[in-house]
Amino acid sequence: MKQFWTSMLRNPSGLIGLIILLLAIAVAVFGPLLFPNSPWRMVQRPFLPPFTLSTVPLGTDALGRDVFAGLIFGARVSLLVGLVSTLVALIVGVPIGAIAGYFGGKVDDALMRFTEFFQTIPSFALAIVLVAILQPSIYSIVASIAVVSWPPVARLVRGEVLSLRTREYVQAAIVTGQSHGWIIWREILPNALSPVIVLASLMVATAILLESSLSFLGLGDPNLISWGYMVGAGRTVIRQAWWITVFPGIAILISVLGLNLIGEGLNDALNPRLSREGR
Amino acid sequence: MLSFIAQRVVKGVIVLLAIVVLNFFLIRLAPGDPAIVMAGEAGASDQVFVKQLREKFGLDKPLPEQLLIYVKGVATLDLGFSFRQQAPVAKLIMERLPATLLLTLTAFAISLALGILFGTLAARFAGTWLDTSVTVFALIFYATPIFWVALMGILLFSVTVDWLPSFGYETVGGNYRGFAHVLDVAAHLIMPAMTLGLFFMATYTRMTRASMLEVKRLDFVKTARAKGLSDGVIQRRHVLRNALLPVVTLAGVHSGTLIGGAVITETVFAWPGIGRLMYDALLQRDYNLLLGVFVICSAMVLIFNLITDLVYRLVDPRIEFAA
Repeated sequence: MKQFWTSMLRNPSGLIGLIILLLAIAVAVFGPLLFPNSPWRMVQRPFLPPFTLSTVPLGTDALGRDVFAGLIFGARVSLLVGLVSTLVALIVGVPIGAIAGYFGGKVDDALMRFTEFFQTIPSFALAIVLVAILQPSIYSIVASIAVVSWPPVARLVRGEVLSLRTREYVQAAIVTGQSHGWIIWREILPNALSPVIVLASLMVATAILLESSLSFLGLGDPNLISWGYMVGAGRTVIRQAWWITVFPGIAILISVLGLNLIGEGLNDALNPRLSREGR
Repeated sequence: MLSFIAQRVVKGVIVLLAIVVLNFFLIRLAPGDPAIVMAGEAGASDQVFVKQLREKFGLDKPLPEQLLIYVKGVATLDLGFSFRQQAPVAKLIMERLPATLLLTLTAFAISLALGILFGTLAARFAGTWLDTSVTVFALIFYATPIFWVALMGILLFSVTVDWLPSFGYETVGGNYRGFAHVLDVAAHLIMPAMTLGLFFMATYTRMTRASMLEVKRLDFVKTARAKGLSDGVIQRRHVLRNALLPVVTLAGVHSGTLIGGAVITETVFAWPGIGRLMYDALLQRDYNLLLGVFVICSAMVLIFNLITDLVYRLVDPRIEFAA
């Protein structure tokens, strides 16, 4: 574990990514406490340019709402949706992949056809359709993002389990008569974890992009402010007020970039064999 | 070769059928009775009309029979009726399809060509400032939401310097003919295609670079060098050709994402394709149209995957056509 952290911290991309993520988490957790202006409330005249008033540093939008407050409250939604939908995708994908890889044969065939099917469907289009039909809310958004993101997890886990199950220690566990569930959970999965962790960090990034795109199209939770919603709302007035779209976009860019960097750092730290030159 | 194609086509048709079935259940997941939903969309939900709708779409029949009717309809390209637009869904989609194909294929070609070019350059000059800047740019574009790239493009090239048109497919009232018309459409195409292409360009750049560096270390490259082949020949004929395989795979995997990106790009630039149509359907909660576009998008992805599979086998003769 200690070795993991030193190699993660020595890796420049991993370190930068980690700093960005910690900052974003700090903003999401403590920001609203320190900055209690509701992002929905009119605080100043509409279209106030940024850097003119210190109380509204990033200006106001078309309805006089504080852009900075929106950024801070939006961090909560982006990170929460990113993390929770990835978690749900893991909960769906890991068992499917593990069962397919462990039992093989017809079970494997059936589960992998099912997975491939979901992988063929254009993911963003499916997410749009699902959110539209289930009605936009934080739950339907998380559910749709999870539905479109679990297949790569299942395929990855299947591949790992497939190669691990022929190992001697797994064979030994089978011989000693332990149950399949126990073997998968205690013997195989812990060893298949590191590539899954790398994938998960990249999935959080993709989930944030997906959420922002859905909100941009007007499919966000109507009760929660999010970065994508802000960009979408500022889109029609971009000629008069660039700041309404520019700042939330930068927030999305930086968060996603941070998570991608963490993914690269994790990859280097967890799979040292693959790293160095190939990056 | 032929049997391979036939096999893949059959597989694609089965997947498409499954998507159509999924679609059928999705429309039933929509809030409320589908007949009332449809009537509501039509703006007149009196009892007689709802009953008519129910009979017309066989909604009074048992579910399996309804499914059969629906699948039969899709098979004959009957995707239902859009009450909002007062036109058959299939007709609306077919009108918009060429614009989407133009946009996605242009974006795809740009991203693949530039991605491979930049990736090759970065790998060739690995560790230099060129490599670093290409890698950093790729990393940034890989993390930028497409809708934001689109808006920043408009801000830069239409608002600040006024070089490029910011919306539409052609100049309204321009009435250009012949070559002038082609130029006009091309000018309108540049920004949407670049916007859509940037994310994928970043992806292909990263992939090409990583893959080139990996292939470079392999033994056959050393052999080629020992044979005294020039560096250019080694890079092109030995390294690049092998390094392109994962890039082609990735291009196939990404076709669905490309369509998704088209929805966003077309929405921002008011490009009259099926992505924009999907957005309009979304705004109007026109579920028939929404799901119709969804089926067609899925079919496009399947066709695209089939093509990349074929290309993959052309690029790599080692892969046999027998499945």
